[in-house]
Amino acid sequence: MAHEHKLEIFRGLWKFKSNTQKIWGVLAFLTLVTAVEVILGIYKPEGLMTPWMTPFEGGFFATLMNIIFSAFIYMKPLNLIFIILTIVKAYYITWDFMHMRDETKALRRMVVWTAVFLICYLIFILLQEGGYVFEVYNADDAIIKRDF
Amino acid sequence: MDSTVANAGTDEKTWGGGNQPLKASYGKMMMWFFIVSDALTFSGFLAAYGFSRFKFIKEWPIADEVFTHVPFLHGQELPMIYVAFMTFILIMSSVTMVLAVDAGHHMNKAKVTLYMFLTIIGGAIFVGSQAWEWATFIQGDYGAVQTKGGNILQFGENVTVDGKEKFKRISIDEFAIHHTTERAEHDRSSGLWFVTEASLPPYTVGEIYDGLAANENILVRTQIINENGEKTILSREESLKQIKENGKLVVKGANLHVNEYGTALFADFFFFITGFHGFHVFSGVVINIIIFFNVILGTYERRGSYEMVEKVGLYWHFVDLVWVFVFTFFYLV
Repeated sequence: MAHEHKLEIFRGLWKFKSNTQKIWGVLAFLTLVTAVEVILGIYKPEGLMTPWMTPFEGGFFATLMNIIFSAFIYMKPLNLIFIILTIVKAYYITWDFMHMRDETKALRRMVVWTAVFLICYLIFILLQEGGYVFEVYNADDAIIKRDF
Repeated sequence: MDSTVANAGTDEKTWGGGNQPLKASYGKMMMWFFIVSDALTFSGFLAAYGFSRFKFIKEWPIADEVFTHVPFLHGQELPMIYVAFMTFILIMSSVTMVLAVDAGHHMNKAKVTLYMFLTIIGGAIFVGSQAWEWATFIQGDYGAVQTKGGNILQFGENVTVDGKEKFKRISIDEFAIHHTTERAEHDRSSGLWFVTEASLPPYTVGEIYDGLAANENILVRTQIINENGEKTILSREESLKQIKENGKLVVKGANLHVNEYGTALFADFFFFITGFHGFHVFSGVVINIIIFFNVILGTYERRGSYEMVEKVGLYWHFVDLVWVFVFTFFYLV
């Protein structure tokens, strides 16, 4: 079995001479990302603690815009950055450490698309429901009392 | 492989068998599909955590206030440092694993042995750290009072540090006033043999109340998060009133029923998800040890391929991948 490795990351921006070198390169990148996460987590910059956008008010289109930009309206930018950096890390672990980069397109899609689709579905259903239960508990006319 | 694959002499035809359209062996493909299903299991857990968190979004514990300990550095509040170290250890062991796989491709037995050994050490350090993290969490640090409604009330005082007003937590051990009339813990040999009782909390609510009344500086903090993203601090009168009227149980540390840091669900999910992940790491270490001995014995040398190392490598990287997400959702977000 021949073991051919694609020896570049960042779409060819960073090229390596051997597979071993690529591994150390990816480690350096992952360490950097983790360090950024930890530093942001400790210092929590003031500007990243409130959402960048306020919800749109009005009719149907405002609701639509609120859905499209939900990540910027309902989420602290800091948390958004953490989640994006996590997905970036996950990408490099799967692509370079697990050699997904070197597998056939069919195998890659079978694994990644299936998982991504089902996970998005799970997240949507459960978070939507959690938000709904919160509304039930905290509405003005809520019958459930917990402040005792 | 050739000895196990039946050859019907139909090699020329597409559907004649013996094709590998994915160019991956059966074992490797099945490892990938197992990883997909395991990833869905973990996503289910993490999404359930998200569900409970969204449900109690206004009162969820703040991770930075819960995980502040680092071994050998007693009494210092250093959030994030230890988990960052754990994350680095796990990524590092992923690197040694991938180096072992690479050495396997070059049929270099000595290097595979070395890198497999380092991977096992990394995994062991991680599991050990996890155990320490659990022990610290179970033991707790400041203690709190749980109300009749199941809410948590914590104690502290306002102090000025570097010109800034800060809320400094105070341990219940520091101010509780011990009463002499203590209730003995029920045990089966001296009472009803069919009734058991968990160990009694260190103090009664009455002892905490007396201590609070005697120390003018101590205030109560509820679990409700205010507009500034901080937990609400009650006034002195309100503090006394809350403990007197609603206080029910003194809590120290965390378990599956109560949790001094806030809602009990937080501890439940912490134990369940990090426990399930820790179990994966543990089984990964066990599998790695088996493979390590096979490498030493020369099994793969004789087989002519180190693909087995690659397969356990996939599992090991997956464990690392899951940790990246657990780290984000438990400690960062």
